[in-house]
Amino acid sequence: MRDSNEKESIVSINAVSKSYQRGNQPVPVLEEITFDIARGEFLALMGPSGSGKSTLLNLIAGIDSADSGSIIIDGVDIASLGEAELAGWRAAHVGFIFQFYNLIPVLTAYENVELPLLLTSLSRRERHEHVETALAVVALSDRKEHYPSQLSGGQQQRVAIARAIVTDPTILVADEPTGDLDRVSAGDILALMSRLNEDFGKTIIMVTHDPRAAEKAHVIRHLEKGVLSDVSA
Amino acid sequence: MFLLKLLARNAFRHRLRTLLTILGITVAILAFGLLQTVVSAWYAGVNASSATRLITRNAVSLVFSLPIAYQERIRRIEGVSSVSYANWFGGVYITEKNFFPSFAIEPQSYLALYPEFVIEPEQKRAFISDRKGCVIGQKLANRFGWKIGDSIPLKGTIFPGNWEFVVRGIYTGAEKSTDESQFFFHWAYLNETLKKTIPRRADQAGIYLIGLKNPQSAAEVSLAVDTVFKNSLAETLTETEKAFQLSFVSMTEAIVVAIRIVSFVVIIIIMVVVANTMAMTARERIGEYAIFKAMGFRWYHVAGMIFGESLFISVTGGIVGILLTFPVARKFGDVMDQFFPIFQVESSTLYMDLSFCLIVGLVAGMFPAWRAVNIKVADGLRRVG
Ligand SMILES: Nc1ncnc2c1ncn2[C@@H]1O[C@H](COP(=O)(O)OP(=O)(O)OP(=O)(O)O)[C@@H](O)[C@H]1O
Ligand SMILES: [Mg+2]
Repeated sequence: MRDSNEKESIVSINAVSKSYQRGNQPVPVLEEITFDIARGEFLALMGPSGSGKSTLLNLIAGIDSADSGSIIIDGVDIASLGEAELAGWRAAHVGFIFQFYNLIPVLTAYENVELPLLLTSLSRRERHEHVETALAVVALSDRKEHYPSQLSGGQQQRVAIARAIVTDPTILVADEPTGDLDRVSAGDILALMSRLNEDFGKTIIMVTHDPRAAEKAHVIRHLEKGVLSDVSA
Repeated sequence: MFLLKLLARNAFRHRLRTLLTILGITVAILAFGLLQTVVSAWYAGVNASSATRLITRNAVSLVFSLPIAYQERIRRIEGVSSVSYANWFGGVYITEKNFFPSFAIEPQSYLALYPEFVIEPEQKRAFISDRKGCVIGQKLANRFGWKIGDSIPLKGTIFPGNWEFVVRGIYTGAEKSTDESQFFFHWAYLNETLKKTIPRRADQAGIYLIGLKNPQSAAEVSLAVDTVFKNSLAETLTETEKAFQLSFVSMTEAIVVAIRIVSFVVIIIIMVVVANTMAMTARERIGEYAIFKAMGFRWYHVAGMIFGESLFISVTGGIVGILLTFPVARKFGDVMDQFFPIFQVESSTLYMDLSFCLIVGLVAGMFPAWRAVNIKVADGLRRVG
């Protein structure tokens, strides 16, 4: 069963190009990118600064749009979605993990994790169960009343991961999730992400500069000046 | 619920900044309320005056008086129910600073025409039967501690000499808007004295006060009165008491307009201040709004947070300002009693206060909300890193 799942692709990127306008000059960032991501894959996107990694990740996460090409995720061509549909799609299918955790500072760990659930029709009690479960997964049940400023960087990132998984999204996107952490905390975060991938079958797309982080991934793709160069498993 | 919690917490993220902004709105609303009240106090005489009583004065100017013989001729005019007359006395009690309005009146007919001055029948009788008696308003009595039977010396300005009166009655106002700071005494006392000292100024009335049989006939009766005295030595100008009072106020119209403008400028200034605070706030949080949007929150959630916060700040400040307006206005009214015998916060001022803080909140939130709604998620997120 697992074998067949692994072959099925959940993300299908087809000839995606993107350029930014600088003055009158279009500056190409991504050129004709084509690749698939299998369900349950742990993918690391690497490459030099400015090569377009974040841009590509944003396209997959549906928070930016490509100039041409198509991105099909779990059967949905996200370019065809209107703004409102896209927002709804993101809420249901994408979990975000950022380099700087990006928790809401005035909300407690619990409330931060609860945030994405407010867009669902879950009752208060159901939300409570989901939040408790997500916090248990990241081993922060005892810190739920803490505000972000009362948590270490690693703990904040774990809260952010709990927030990303609490809606049980189709894909997790992470942009340099360990980029702001010391080695030990980074190790914890990577272990946690591996566990999410292995034990919970989450598809993870992670941008990273850190070779140690990339080691945890099944597949590593390199971006070089907007072009995919090679694949290493 | 969650949104409310979020925006309340957001509002107090920069406690000092928020408190100062709220304080600014409080002061602005307070200033606006007081200035508006000054303006309505200015017009208090007009509002308290009646549109069913007429006042006849010398057509040339209020400075000139009219022969006392006019009374009988006015009384005979169709539609007139009663006629009284009065002179502005302009007496000074010890010093100019103690100003209050003083009039020489014909007691019976005058008090009959002004039922809003409420006097106990006994006091009224005592006043009418004492030529040197006077009736004073309750506020005036309080101000100088005058009681029934006290004798009051006034220095004449228009009618020279030292005048002595005995308090025979103290009136109260039937309405909130009735001026309780006036001083009335017998016209006959004035006239007798003038006959001895300046005979050419005797037998003159400053103004005639006319009661109407039918309030609807004000225009016709006014015209009839002025027609009777056309081409006589002293032509008349007759108008309703309201119009008469208004002509006084309009002399100072420019000041009132200036006060009005200042009161609105105060509101505009605070609007700019709050807008600036909100713009700063939203600029700092643009990354957070991007996170919300990335998670699937919509533009109206984000706009709701921003407008909610700016309304929270402006309405809080506004309510505190409104609550403070009453005690401050009372204090202010006490101090300025001589100038504004009626100093009351009107409900229309409160409605304006409320609408202004709503408008300030909405306008202040507009630009930041527009920015936060329109920024692309990917661009907003870049601001964080
Ligand atoms: N909004 C924008 N307007 C113009 N140029 C942009 C914009 N966003 C990104 N770029 C440019 O696109 C290129 C790719 O940016 P991107 O952030 O995807 O790189 P990256 O690979 O994630 O780099 P890093 O490793 O430093 O995060 C860069 O040259 C960047 O300057
Ligand atoms: Mg990047």
